[in-house]
Amino acid sequence: MKIEILGTGCAKCHKLEEMVRETVKAEGISADISKVDDIKKIMRYGVMTTPALVIDGKVKVAGKLPSSEEIKQLLGGK
Amino acid sequence: MAECCTIPDNDKPDKRKYIPFLLIPLAIVIYVFLDPGVDYLVYNILGLDKTTPLTKAIRFFLYDTPKVMILLTVIVFVVGIIRSYFSPEKTREALEGKPLFIGNIMAATLGIVTPFCSCSAIPLFIGFVESGIPLGVTFSFLVAAPMINEVALVLLFGLFGWQMALLYAATGLLIAIVSGWVIGKLKVERFVEEWVYEIKTGDFQMAEVKVTFHDRIQAGYTAVVDIVSKVWIYIVAGIAVGAAVHGYVPENFMASFMGKDAWWSVPLAVLIGVPLYSNAAGIIPILQALLGKGAALGTALAFMMSTIGLSLPEMIILKKVIKLPLIIIFVSVVATGIMIVGFLFNWIY
Repeated sequence: MKIEILGTGCAKCHKLEEMVRETVKAEGISADISKVDDIKKIMRYGVMTTPALVIDGKVKVAGKLPSSEEIKQLLGGK
Repeated sequence: MAECCTIPDNDKPDKRKYIPFLLIPLAIVIYVFLDPGVDYLVYNILGLDKTTPLTKAIRFFLYDTPKVMILLTVIVFVVGIIRSYFSPEKTREALEGKPLFIGNIMAATLGIVTPFCSCSAIPLFIGFVESGIPLGVTFSFLVAAPMINEVALVLLFGLFGWQMALLYAATGLLIAIVSGWVIGKLKVERFVEEWVYEIKTGDFQMAEVKVTFHDRIQAGYTAVVDIVSKVWIYIVAGIAVGAAVHGYVPENFMASFMGKDAWWSVPLAVLIGVPLYSNAAGIIPILQALLGKGAALGTALAFMMSTIGLSLPEMIILKKVIKLPLIIIFVSVVATGIMIVGFLFNWIY
């Protein structure tokens, strides 16, 4: 699974990255996590609000910090 | 800006979602009995002398702080739920292909309800420009979104009454519409950084998630935690200064330099207000007290709008996507609009 966190460096973006990494570790999901800071790349997803969570090229969350429960669901953990 | 980048704690147990509802009747009861209650506390229990400045200041503080906090909590909660129906993406879609003037009206109006924080001003700006929304329309949004916000409206409503809140919203909207329209007429496209036009945006392809009303209540709750935890300190500080002004500054003290006869007070208020960045929470209680001491309505309104609506941090953020001449045009057009409103109200009242 390819996970991208889109964000230009606000507190919520860092928090999202941290939460995703924690969930992946806790659930034992094998995933390639990367943080995208470049505004040009972020815009390619058509997202206008950060932070955003992209899984396998699809925007799952934009403009808000999801709860860890939501992240778990999105990542396919039970 | 400061208003956007803290982290709300989303991992609260579900039951908490209903706390706001349970608190609403309680809030109404406190609100209704606040005035006689504070009177009783100040004059009967504390036994303070009605005429001293200290008593006036204490009464002002004890009455206005809980009143504004209750209003703020209830309204931020409701606005949080309303905002969950809007998103910048939907707003962009609504604005696409709209002609200039209608587009300006829509952009300014949507600016009030669309969740927006200055830290996403850049992706929003690029997103709007990319989908062909005219610059003038985009600016209408960028003026209205920070200027007309729920915190400002709550404070105006709580401290001045609904007329003032309505007046502020209506004139703010008008300024946003007209300034955007003027900027649109000025043909300023060349002042946008070239790379903005080169960006290819993908279609927004967020997976359809069913949003339940339960989620919207959660959004309201998150908004309360997020906003109230940030602004309460400014409100308390603002009301404390306001209380001191209320008790100690002599009547008509402000008339000489913030009064309606001092015509230069309006441009001066804007000139000081633009670089000064404060949120509505801190500035409005102080202005309310100053108005009571002879400051003119138009001058106060102009100061409020320029402080809340135009801010240096936002300009610095926007500088990444637009060149300096356009920043100057943007600030000048909006500041002129604010000044006209200020003069108008000093003249009417």
